[in-house]
Amino acid sequence: MSRTQVIVGLGSCGIAAGASKVYNKLSALKEAENLDFILKKTSCVGMCYKEPLVEVIDENGSFLYGEINEDKAVEIIQEHIINQNPIKDYVVKSEMFGTGEEDFFDSQVKIALRNCGVIEPEDINDYLQKDGYAALKKIASEGVSREQVIQIVKDSGLRGRGGGGFPTGMKWKFAYNYPSDEKYIICNADEGDPGAFMDRSLLEGDPHAVLEGMIIGAYAIGANHGIIYCRAEYPLAIKRLNIAIKQAHERGFLGKDVCGINGFDIDIYVKEGAGAFVCGEETALMASIEGHRGMPRKRPPFPAEAGLWRKPSNVNNVETFANIPWIIFHGAEEYSKYGTKNSGGTKVFALTGKINRGGLVEVPLGITINEIIFKLGGGIQKGKKFKAVQLGGPSGGCVPAYLGDTIIDYDSVRSTGAIMGSGGMVVMDETTCMVDMAKFFLDFTAKESCGKCTFCRIGTKRMLEILTRITEGEGKEGDIEKLEELSHQIIDNSLCGLGQTAPNPVLTTIRYFRDEYEAHIRDKKCPAKKCRPLLTYTIDAEKCTGCTVCAKKCPTEAITGERKMVHLINQDKCIKCGVCFSKCKFEAISLT
Amino acid sequence: MRINRILQEKTRAEQSEIDLSLLDSVIEKSRGKKGNVIPLLQAAQAFYGYLPDVVFERLEHELGISKSQMYGVATFYSQFRLSPVGKHIIKVCHGTACHVQNATELSEYLSEALNVNDGETTEDRMFTLESVACLGCCSLAPVIMIGDEVFGKLDGNAAVKIINEIKLKEKQ
Repeated sequence: MSRTQVIVGLGSCGIAAGASKVYNKLSALKEAENLDFILKKTSCVGMCYKEPLVEVIDENGSFLYGEINEDKAVEIIQEHIINQNPIKDYVVKSEMFGTGEEDFFDSQVKIALRNCGVIEPEDINDYLQKDGYAALKKIASEGVSREQVIQIVKDSGLRGRGGGGFPTGMKWKFAYNYPSDEKYIICNADEGDPGAFMDRSLLEGDPHAVLEGMIIGAYAIGANHGIIYCRAEYPLAIKRLNIAIKQAHERGFLGKDVCGINGFDIDIYVKEGAGAFVCGEETALMASIEGHRGMPRKRPPFPAEAGLWRKPSNVNNVETFANIPWIIFHGAEEYSKYGTKNSGGTKVFALTGKINRGGLVEVPLGITINEIIFKLGGGIQKGKKFKAVQLGGPSGGCVPAYLGDTIIDYDSVRSTGAIMGSGGMVVMDETTCMVDMAKFFLDFTAKESCGKCTFCRIGTKRMLEILTRITEGEGKEGDIEKLEELSHQIIDNSLCGLGQTAPNPVLTTIRYFRDEYEAHIRDKKCPAKKCRPLLTYTIDAEKCTGCTVCAKKCPTEAITGERKMVHLINQDKCIKCGVCFSKCKFEAISLT
Repeated sequence: MRINRILQEKTRAEQSEIDLSLLDSVIEKSRGKKGNVIPLLQAAQAFYGYLPDVVFERLEHELGISKSQMYGVATFYSQFRLSPVGKHIIKVCHGTACHVQNATELSEYLSEALNVNDGETTEDRMFTLESVACLGCCSLAPVIMIGDEVFGKLDGNAAVKIINEIKLKEKQ
């Protein structure tokens, strides 16, 4: 009989939710009671809405416990480990009985995330047990040629998971075509999209899969140097990558004559980014590695011909690389079984916002937005109405609820005006103001524009000014048209993806929520009650208890009233700062 | 949103206290390597918490990298600071998910509690308040990060409570 395993999810979000404390508690109990079980660490399980997660695997199968704190950890030890009695109430996933959370797992197909939350990421043996480096060994033992590897990747239908969606096999072919004594394979781990954490979870959860993907890529294109450009905001990912690189060296998966393949030498190291969204663009990324300001350069020449240090280079995203070993091992056909004709395979999404089950999910392409939000995601928080979903971060757009039947693949998403992007999926309910959302993204891109192209640098700034005016009640007739005009000019006159897509959030919100813009501009009203300057604050006489908190907090002394008497807001003095609204414990401040 | 990274007034006295010998090993390691500017500055900032003028001077002198190039890099990337910061840097996430979940409230409450604006440092050099784009913990939105530790699912009051706890610890 195998020993019982207790596995704690220690990804960044798990740790933030308190998983380290739970782990330490379990470890202390194990020690104190001298219990016989294996305590292990893993990474993000994907079920972020139930963090911290603890999985117990015994002879009856696997029991995943959710929302575990130190007290519950004690209970699990007592009831499950000692008395052999799983605590059903805390279990969120089990093979033995239903938990009501099945929808979250049943629609998912885990390929890139196959090991996330399963293996101990800091131990290469765990990865090896799950067919780790088997794809690389297969190439070595069966003598799969470089051309064949590229063909398999082409046939699989895998497209760049960083957002662009360029077919990976084709990209590799281009880099393959340029012979050079030095060639670079680069992993883009500069995940900058606000609202996205797929790459972080992958790097933290299964760093070896990304390495193996890179090594296979290096073999295929003939690269002898590998660089992982990772953002500095991900300290845990960087730490685990460095551990993985060291282990891979020790086992001969990196270094000289890798896996016994004669003449195949590859070294990989991690380069820390310094915080610039534009460095997610591949030419800017290479400029950054070279030690310059991260500004994109003109293409052609493409990186495949003259990239890093003017040598042929190939840049792929983390998730793209994580798919590669699986594809090589299982074959192209197996991968292309999932997905649609032009978008093969699966895609990882970071499902966040006003959704009940937020987390990291991997679904076959071709699934609809509604399936993800209502089936997998369990609908909108607090029973509110689904309004829109933001796809593709600051380069993407807002897709309204009525287009919920849109299937998710590169081309269908593009037809809505959004882009697939790297996989951020932020769900919004009726309390989200779409003009405010557009402003939020423009604020981001305006700050992150590197400043090289005039239209991107100044155009985004002017658009932001117009949007700010609109949300402050100073909108004018013609503003919408001006926004559209500026958008098209920025798209047409920017060198890189940042500028070419920056207006997307504005264009899609105008396209689908024009009435909201008009309400702001003409009626000076914010239908979602989000834009403070457009709101009127009043006190509900029925709910006010006269506690005087609002009057004390009001910075302009606009609120008056005796203790235990209904208070009043003097609208002439009110500066609409919203302090009273957030301080009132009785929900007595109403917004109109 | 970013920290005011260009320092208006600098006291030379403050700069003279900087122990430049900390840089020795880093300089030796990166001698002759290409693309070393960013790692050098990152290492320097890890030592001093920011990039003092004298560091640029030393690096130019030792490695021949022009000050203008270093300054260009240092002002381009949000990680680098040209002025000293507090002991604890509070990063308030303003990514999409956090924005939707009312991250603005966190910034407002913290700003009020610490009596500083976004990007500023408290007088006692204990805290720096900073808004950042995305910390990648979206499912716990809204979040803040202090040092390497992430705190999630906060509201204004909870965020202030965390700061007060740190203040208490510091007093002990």
